Amino acid sequence: MAYSSKVIDHYENPRNVGSFGRDEEGVATGMVGAPACGDVMKLQIKVGANGIIEDAKFKTYGCGSAIASSSLVTEWVKGKSIDEASQIKNTQIAEELALPPVKIHCSILAEDAIKAAIADYKAKHGEALKDAAE
Amino acid sequence: MTPDFSKNHFALFDLVPSFELDLSALEAAYREVQREVHPDRFAGANDAERRVAAQWATQANEAYKTLRTPLARGRYLLRLAGIDTEEESNTAMPREFLMGQMAWREAVVDARESGDIDALDRLANEHRVAERALVAELAAQLADLSNEALLQGAKLTVRKLRFLEKLGEEIDLAQEAIEGS
Repeated sequence: MAYSSKVIDHYENPRNVGSFGRDEEGVATGMVGAPACGDVMKLQIKVGANGIIEDAKFKTYGCGSAIASSSLVTEWVKGKSIDEASQIKNTQIAEELALPPVKIHCSILAEDAIKAAIADYKAKHGEALKDAAE
Repeated sequence: MTPDFSKNHFALFDLVPSFELDLSALEAAYREVQREVHPDRFAGANDAERRVAAQWATQANEAYKTLRTPLARGRYLLRLAGIDTEEESNTAMPREFLMGQMAWREAVVDARESGDIDALDRLANEHRVAERALVAELAAQLADLSNEALLQGAKLTVRKLRFLEKLGEEIDLAQEAIEGS
């Protein structure tokens, strides 16, 4: 199957690969997996005191589309608020990367990963988020 | 032969739906159906009869393939119990499990890149042990097909086995890559 040039670009030069330090302030982690293809994805966000995502990192074991989807999402969430980031839809990812129908689940995995990271952040920092809103 | 295409895979082979399966009985029943529907026996039959025989053979192949392996058999039993394992649609898995999978996949990549065949052999062993443990867990969870709580546990175990299957493939590929280089 031919990958789109954007998928190849992200696959060959993935952005933001890695992990944050265990004790870094404002870090939250989303871990998801797709049983159908055995892909595993970890996506981390680092949120500032103002509730804005300052940085994001990922680690994905999966096909090119899964790696490209997570790489793209880490780029997209930077500079966004938690609420803005939670609006990201898999269809936007699939469209941007021109994913074929059989690879749509890779974009779903990336959407679920950012949602899981946000849920983790809210569970850990629910109070801080409320303060920032006030 | 009176084909009934609505029969489930177990009934097709006159077997009781169960995770613990006598594989030799399955094999024998499959061979029997194959013999009965073999095209040679339908050389003089009309089109309709041949079509039915071919359809019957297809279903027997599918049933045999499904019942032969623990993962597919477990998934099929859950389906009969009305439980969808959501392997395509649901990406939520216990975090501990995913972290373990990630560490394993990382180790496979590292071993592959450094050409460390001993490390891969160790990983292959660990994989076999983990897979066997999950199959044993699945057997216990599917021992009573009317216990909803156990069936939900079995659903998670089937999902876990899919990741183990993938891990096994990655280990095989890495071994081939090193041996071929």
